[in-house]
Amino acid sequence: MSMKQVADWALDTAKQRGSQYADLRIVDDRSRSLATKNGKVGHASSAESLGIGIRVLVNDSWGFASTDDLSREAVDRTSAEAVEIAKASARVKEHPVRLAPEPAVKIEWASPCKIDPFKTSVEENLDLLIRIDRELLGVQGVTLAESNLQFGRYEQWFFNTEGSAIHQTRHITGAGYAALSFQGTEIQKRSYPNSFGGQYQNKGYELIEELKLVENARRIGEEAVALHKADQCPQGNMTLLLGSSQLGLQIHESIGHPIELDRVLGMEANFAGTSFLTLDKLRKLQYGSELVNVVADATEHHGPGLGTFAYDDEGVQAQCTPIITDGLFTGYISSRETAHTIGENRSNGTMRAEGWNRIPLIRMTNISILPGKKPLTFDQLLSGTDDGIFMETNRSWSIDDKRYNFQFGCEIGWEIKGGKLGRMLKNPSYSGITTEFWNSMDAICSRDQWTLWGTPNCGKGQPMQTMGTGHGAAPARFRSIKIGTAYKGN
Amino acid sequence: MVLVDRETRKGNQAMLDEQQAHEIFRQIKKSASVDEVEVIFAATNSSLTRFANNTIHQNVAEVNAVASIRVAFDGKTARATTNRFDPESLKRAVQSAESIARVQEPNSDLLPLASAADGKLDRPLPNRWFVHTASITPADRAEAVGQIVAVAKKNGLTTAGIYSSSESVEGIINSNGLSNFHRRTSAEVSITMLADDSSGWQKSNSPNVKDVEHLRLAEVAAQKARDSRSPKELPPGKYTVVLEPAAVLDLVGFMFWDFGGMAILDQRSFLNNRIGTKLFGENVTITDDVYHPLQSGAPFDGEGVGRKRTTLVEKGTIKNLVYARGTAEKMRHSEYAGKVGQIEVTGHGFPLPNELGEAPMNVVFVNSAGEQTVEQMIVATGRGILITRLWYIREVDPYEKILTGMTRDGTFLIENGKIKHGIRNFRFNQSLIDLLSGVEAMGKPVRASGEESFDMVVPAMKVRDFNFTEVTKF
Repeated sequence: MSMKQVADWALDTAKQRGSQYADLRIVDDRSRSLATKNGKVGHASSAESLGIGIRVLVNDSWGFASTDDLSREAVDRTSAEAVEIAKASARVKEHPVRLAPEPAVKIEWASPCKIDPFKTSVEENLDLLIRIDRELLGVQGVTLAESNLQFGRYEQWFFNTEGSAIHQTRHITGAGYAALSFQGTEIQKRSYPNSFGGQYQNKGYELIEELKLVENARRIGEEAVALHKADQCPQGNMTLLLGSSQLGLQIHESIGHPIELDRVLGMEANFAGTSFLTLDKLRKLQYGSELVNVVADATEHHGPGLGTFAYDDEGVQAQCTPIITDGLFTGYISSRETAHTIGENRSNGTMRAEGWNRIPLIRMTNISILPGKKPLTFDQLLSGTDDGIFMETNRSWSIDDKRYNFQFGCEIGWEIKGGKLGRMLKNPSYSGITTEFWNSMDAICSRDQWTLWGTPNCGKGQPMQTMGTGHGAAPARFRSIKIGTAYKGN
Repeated sequence: MVLVDRETRKGNQAMLDEQQAHEIFRQIKKSASVDEVEVIFAATNSSLTRFANNTIHQNVAEVNAVASIRVAFDGKTARATTNRFDPESLKRAVQSAESIARVQEPNSDLLPLASAADGKLDRPLPNRWFVHTASITPADRAEAVGQIVAVAKKNGLTTAGIYSSSESVEGIINSNGLSNFHRRTSAEVSITMLADDSSGWQKSNSPNVKDVEHLRLAEVAAQKARDSRSPKELPPGKYTVVLEPAAVLDLVGFMFWDFGGMAILDQRSFLNNRIGTKLFGENVTITDDVYHPLQSGAPFDGEGVGRKRTTLVEKGTIKNLVYARGTAEKMRHSEYAGKVGQIEVTGHGFPLPNELGEAPMNVVFVNSAGEQTVEQMIVATGRGILITRLWYIREVDPYEKILTGMTRDGTFLIENGKIKHGIRNFRFNQSLIDLLSGVEAMGKPVRASGEESFDMVVPAMKVRDFNFTEVTKF
């Protein structure tokens, strides 16, 4: 049985039952997940999931049904169910769905992968994690060491009634670790290369070799313990330097989410929220300073981010969309259904689904700030800063449901005095209003300091879908930022 | 929603049943080259109708079943999960689990598989499968959504939300004779009503759709949206707050991950060095009780062990933790034995192997100090804030349990015992320890549903000195 045959069953049934348009995705999703805790195996598993999700448009309304059974009987039944669901949708409708046109395409694509992670031995994987744990535990005062490796292979066949047939395979690799230290009345934590699981990219095992995991473990353990003796981060309005991974999350929350056109149009109002970026603000709002240039770039050219693909889950080719251009707000991320609301005749290709059992939604691709055009190393950025605080690695993150007011906590901070890093600061945090924050950026490091970070855990939709997104960022400086409010009054 | 002619329906006949699961287990066991095999089954038929801008814009259904196979031998264990039940796929999954386990160093903490005796339940579980819920159709959901939209239009509002229904089976079988299954249904309605500069929200879920009153929820959400129009800005600071149950739920949910024995052993719990101390107010008593009539979920844990009712907090004092089998054994031989209350297996473990150990999953607050309605709390408040719902809550400090987040969808100033007007939403940075030490009044515990935490049975609360640190622009 070929995937084309399964697709024909589904699309034929949908057409026979009256659908104006139908598409489907068959997904074969495989993963390996390994974790250690204090030098012992904490988690060790593999998983595979195969199924089909069928989306139909009937009476100008959507229906979607999915099943893990690829037999003809089940696929026909599921396709018919999608049509019935769409008919029910049509009973409560204010406006018909209008799809922007899209040419049919037939293509095969796979993300570049030098070393297939599934061909690496589990023994080798566990040995790496245990060596990291040993390094972390070698530091007196580290009370918990946790390391993890995640591999994924996501193979998808997309077909629609317009004649598209797109076969894509992505390899995803991720790794990271954390050292925790409990003393007195404090739990301090340091993570590497990023918090919440580490760094993730659309790559093979070569990513693990690039991350220099073991080499950094001792330093991370030492920093976790040293935080206990560090001074509390002060409160007040100050100059703030952010490390690139924290800036990546700042982009995710205060640019990536508000530019989602479905949020802007109220389609996520019940759960994820709406957006302050109402349609009247396009090409009018000064989102940031002139140094702020942000793109939504899903193309391979941008790098192996978690938002890199050839075609989205509506069969639209990956694109690079300017989101903020020299500080001016210039673009949303859209879908075939929503493109017309901003006067566009084509989607910019950002619809993705978590798996075969979920519908595609507008999701961030790689939402990245472009590096500074003039050469600027981190040391140069630092030496040009007389007085301020440098923060690195996220510890907490929160933003309101229109994406105005945010607060971030970081794992570690340092005072900056006279262009140099001074005393270590614990429990650093900062807060602000999105546009005020981005307009206060007065420096960003150049390309050699830029990293394409992966956020594997972005939640959206009902039922909730978790999606990987990419965020390229370099260290940057912001003036007159509110620091330390997280501990105010506590 | 119209409930007609449903008693005769039998739910979805295609659901995986216990007999099929045992047959699949036999096939898996045959493929395994090791003696100890455990399989967790999870099957679901679920549907969700989503609406926004007074329109059903997403409408989905899913049928899926997985077998999650764990093998154990010589102190080694691993898991492989598949949703393909053909012999070849099952064999591949077994081999994957075995190959991942084989290369491990033996772990002396690993126990033999749970026995049939371990799987025995404490007491009978209330019925959690309802034919009315299992039989809900897309047309039923559309009809209910149409009624919600009508409420929105009547009030000059637009609405967004969901109406979902599902039927699911969870089960576990192992080669040591344990077999436990749980069948349940779930219905959930969540409604946001939106005006130009305000909004209101309500949510409810239950195994029995008859308990989910979508029209009442729509009316309450609409009233909140109407009443909070033209919100005024108040300065941040410490205020007395009246937290509706959903707001209480989403806050307190952040502390229960710390009530597992493993969290103490790992020294990542805010209860380290605090068990047996009076950490909260005298009026705070909390249990974990899967058998409670307002609770939901399976009465056994990730190893199939029967859940026990456990008192976590009694009159403000931290009394007990919950334990998986392996954690209890480890705790008994640790430096903490004698300092952490009673150490007994409570049936709260996550599927093995895992790093987290266990956590309470069926939290029930007990209010023996006298119940007040939200209205009574408002009447007794000179100046304060009424909070409907909280949003994007995250942990700022893990030991002092400081949480940050925002108010959302219905925040009001209370003055002289009355709702005065809607206010712009606040950011808070609030210690949970301080919060539960400052509870001035509590309501009747109800089954509450939010977005940040699993569902619990919690009361509304009136709390003094809630710490708002910033205000947003709406």
